[in-house]
Amino acid sequence: MKTWQRYSSIILPILAVAALAIWPTITGKAANRESVFTILKAVALASSLNILLGYTGYVSFGHIVFYGFGGYVGLYLLTEQEWSLWTALLAGGLASGLLAFLLGSAILRLRGAYFALATIGINEAMKAFINNFELFGGPTGITLNFSVYKPYGGAAQALQTSFYIAAGLAFLAILLSHFVRTSKFGLGLLAIRENEDAAEVMGVHAPKAKTWAYVLSAIIPGMIGVLFFFKNGNVEPHDAFPLHASIELLVMVMLGGQGTVLGPILGAFAYQGMRGFLVTSDFFKDIQLSVSGALLLMIVLFIPAGAIGWLRHRVPTLRRVLA
Amino acid sequence: MTILLSLQGVSKRFGGLQALLSVTFDLPQGQILGLIGPNGAGKTTLFNAINGIHPPESGRIIFRDKDVTGFKPYQLAKMGMARTHQIVRPLNELSVRENVMVGACFGHENQDLSNASKIAEEVLEFVGLTIRTDQLAGSLNVAQKKRLEMARALAAHPYLLLLDEVLAGLNHSEIDNMIQTVLKIREQGITIIMIEHVMKAMMNVSDRIVVLDYGQQIAEGNPEAITNDPKVIEAYLGDPRLAERLLEEV
Repeated sequence: MKTWQRYSSIILPILAVAALAIWPTITGKAANRESVFTILKAVALASSLNILLGYTGYVSFGHIVFYGFGGYVGLYLLTEQEWSLWTALLAGGLASGLLAFLLGSAILRLRGAYFALATIGINEAMKAFINNFELFGGPTGITLNFSVYKPYGGAAQALQTSFYIAAGLAFLAILLSHFVRTSKFGLGLLAIRENEDAAEVMGVHAPKAKTWAYVLSAIIPGMIGVLFFFKNGNVEPHDAFPLHASIELLVMVMLGGQGTVLGPILGAFAYQGMRGFLVTSDFFKDIQLSVSGALLLMIVLFIPAGAIGWLRHRVPTLRRVLA
Repeated sequence: MTILLSLQGVSKRFGGLQALLSVTFDLPQGQILGLIGPNGAGKTTLFNAINGIHPPESGRIIFRDKDVTGFKPYQLAKMGMARTHQIVRPLNELSVRENVMVGACFGHENQDLSNASKIAEEVLEFVGLTIRTDQLAGSLNVAQKKRLEMARALAAHPYLLLLDEVLAGLNHSEIDNMIQTVLKIREQGITIIMIEHVMKAMMNVSDRIVVLDYGQQIAEGNPEAITNDPKVIEAYLGDPRLAERLLEEV
């Protein structure tokens, strides 16, 4: 019974991601594969951000910095050092984790709005730095040579492989999210979210716990960055560090329900679905981001706990399954 | 008798306000020390100094034979110090059980989750919150939140428990219950310092009392001695002889 309870909350998330991952294979359409790739990428990013935002209660407006930085490190290693995609993925993730460790030690002593502002500053500072960093190609960025795809069976096969890796990373992200949520470490994070001072008085080593939460929330975005820009073929500063993408991630986590494993998955799926509809519609295609902004406002005003949080609140019997 | 906690000349200043001035006392293991004084006397500040929230500027704090001056709250919690807050600080969106588990997991016994869950059940039964176990902490009333504060602190199985006005805001029967709980805690061998305004309770429960006024320790002793100490009466009621003199002049 205990074991069942412990793992029950991960069943729905796994089923959801598995359904997404096999959907393109069933339909056999390349276009489906590409839109599902975008969703899987969003699931992995949003679930990672949730460790910091949902569990620890720290709002990061610049989480995309880890995606961009990891992507740059990965592409540099792929082109200049001729590393394989696998080692580059790992290195990109670790580089972002290390960046989070260093940043976290410095800015996680800030709380609330001050931390949020600092994260915006970091994203912009990183963009400016990379713009002037010759090793990473400065403003023109890094472009992959077509021959990079050869070991992966050519460009077309590489796209397929990238899709499977994205699915793998999305799984990894939700498993990580689940293990953090159900661990003692996670309980410490939740305590920090609810009241950091009280948590410290009870013995939670808040500076250390927050830093590790930040690191864990940065690693998978770093790997996703490597994967995306590998698939994309090039990386430039404005593609790597778009501030609006950080805010879109916040919308996804808030929409689905922060602090739950399933919430960010649902949020990523719903948001990407909505975005897909908006950018293809004649009326909304230019004001798509305003719709996200309005959506964020509505969530904060009316369902601050997100869809899953709202359901948990309304139907207490669902709590075990929707943890 | 072993001394669990020893304060030596502890002083704390907030800008122009001398919040604590050279507070010095020893606390033997297993005793209940009452800390009283008028509003703003520095009682909670003293708790904050002892448990590392506002470290003192001068003086030393010795806990279990170790100089812990300047230690962080989480380090002191790991060493076996626990406290409740005057203004309750429940972890609202977590269940009552989870709140108590945090105390057990991160306190000085460093329990894992499954042990912590068992300890939480024991402690919740002890403070009488068993039926609330799976409720969200935010949904409790004030008296229950005070008990939750206490349960969280006890779940750590601390050596020293700092109780900051656990009786304030409670009605008569709740006060009686809480006093029984405090006495039972002492029976378990836990040393307690408690801040309280409910004098009758304080006099019945404390082994010894320290009186603070404007950050200074104006009296220390057993409850009877304290109630008859002119300095204490003056701090609370003003100068009694002054009143007499004023009456004579009329």
